[in-house]
Amino acid sequence: MTDTIPFSQEISNLLHASEGEPLKNCIQCGTCSGTCPVAGYMDNSPRQIIALINLGKKDQVLESNTFWYCASCYHCSVRCPQEIDITELMYALKRYSIWKNRYQEGLIGPTFSEAFVKMIIRGGRSFEPILATSYIFSFNTREFLQEIQGATELLLKGRLPILPARIKRLENFRRMIGRIIPMGGLE
Amino acid sequence: MKEFAYFPGCSLEKIASSYHISAVETTKKLGILLKELDDWNCCGATTYFYIDELLAYTLCARNLAIAEKTGLDVVAPCSACYKNMFFTAAHLKKDADLADHVNFALEEDNLHFKGTVNVKHLIEVFAEDIGPDELKRKVTKPLEGMRVAPYYGCQIIRPQKDKEDVEQPQFFEELLTAIGATPVNYPLKVRCCGGSLILSSRTAALTMVRNLLQSAVDAQASVIATACPLCQVNLEVYQQQVNQEFGTNFSVPVMYFTQLIGLALEIPHKKLGIGKEFVAMAPHLLPVEHVWGLPRKAT
Repeated sequence: MTDTIPFSQEISNLLHASEGEPLKNCIQCGTCSGTCPVAGYMDNSPRQIIALINLGKKDQVLESNTFWYCASCYHCSVRCPQEIDITELMYALKRYSIWKNRYQEGLIGPTFSEAFVKMIIRGGRSFEPILATSYIFSFNTREFLQEIQGATELLLKGRLPILPARIKRLENFRRMIGRIIPMGGLE
Repeated sequence: MKEFAYFPGCSLEKIASSYHISAVETTKKLGILLKELDDWNCCGATTYFYIDELLAYTLCARNLAIAEKTGLDVVAPCSACYKNMFFTAAHLKKDADLADHVNFALEEDNLHFKGTVNVKHLIEVFAEDIGPDELKRKVTKPLEGMRVAPYYGCQIIRPQKDKEDVEQPQFFEELLTAIGATPVNYPLKVRCCGGSLILSSRTAALTMVRNLLQSAVDAQASVIATACPLCQVNLEVYQQQVNQEFGTNFSVPVMYFTQLIGLALEIPHKKLGIGKEFVAMAPHLLPVEHVWGLPRKAT
């Protein structure tokens, strides 16, 4: 048991590609929370999430919607006086949460991102109508109808594709991805 | 004629086709040739990074390697594509092990990332390679009286790359001034439009869009100029949903900066993709339209 890596260390280890300063340098000033345009909709503000990580509160972190509400605007990252790359931390928490298959029920983010990646692996390019199926059924009736209205208008204005776009060298492309991640269940 | 490798990105194929066509036409008129990358793939937007970093870097590196084959620097008109390609190139140039691993995968498509390519956003081509002075010289129909809110959004200016001003950038204003428009100063010009939250966290994103529209309207902007397809869709296509949700009455056209530059260069509307908007640039929103109808005063 003494060999168990603390949660804060686990998360820090996921930040190897980031050039930010370590999470333990956080001084809890709240610049990130004051800057974040979505903080008001998060269960825990970015400042609180860092505190929870540093305190090892793994369950509370994984149950929070915070990182799934991050829009990747990087405003907190450029303002942090301790130069912690908070946006990168939010990405790391998303990956950790998908990896553990633990996230708050009812969130669209995890399903959406998996659908997105599968779509790209299939065709190499994005195709909005397929993506829509990953979130549209989570909408309430009013939202659903508004989304249909918007999509219809886009279609009429020639702004929605009918057929999925595909790259030409798709076979090579898939073999390339196969060298990076196991493709089980994705093809 | 200066040439760039051009990575349009998925959005510009359809939902933002007017950005694509106006980008190609305006640069051509200003002596720059955008050569579309052969068989490019999706940059991953923000979602590859949610799933797997190595996958995200590999998919971006494929496009970078294709661009390197042309020997040209690569230009992306979408802020997310730009950010992903810029930082993938930067990381791979610094991390030889990561580059080796990615190159091992790229072998499957007979590609290799050498680290020679530079990545630019389309607006940087106008701000730096062409420059506001040269642009001003080429303008034949200045957009006099048009009050434009320059909307930077996020990923053109953030994350910070060097020592550049990420809080109060001015390059967008300078371009608008060069085409004779009046850039308005409004506090939310570098705030986020909500990005993909418009699908995954709708209420939060619609609030962000509302705040942005309000900020531009308060500054008496008659049009918002964007340099990113996602920003354009959120601010324009979702404007009616904002109105329905909040009981507001916004009717603000949201145009690509290339469309506005194209108007000042007298490129025909059709070649700028004008006519596919949800909120059209109505004459009463565009004092300049009246100006155009009158003989120009000799100065």
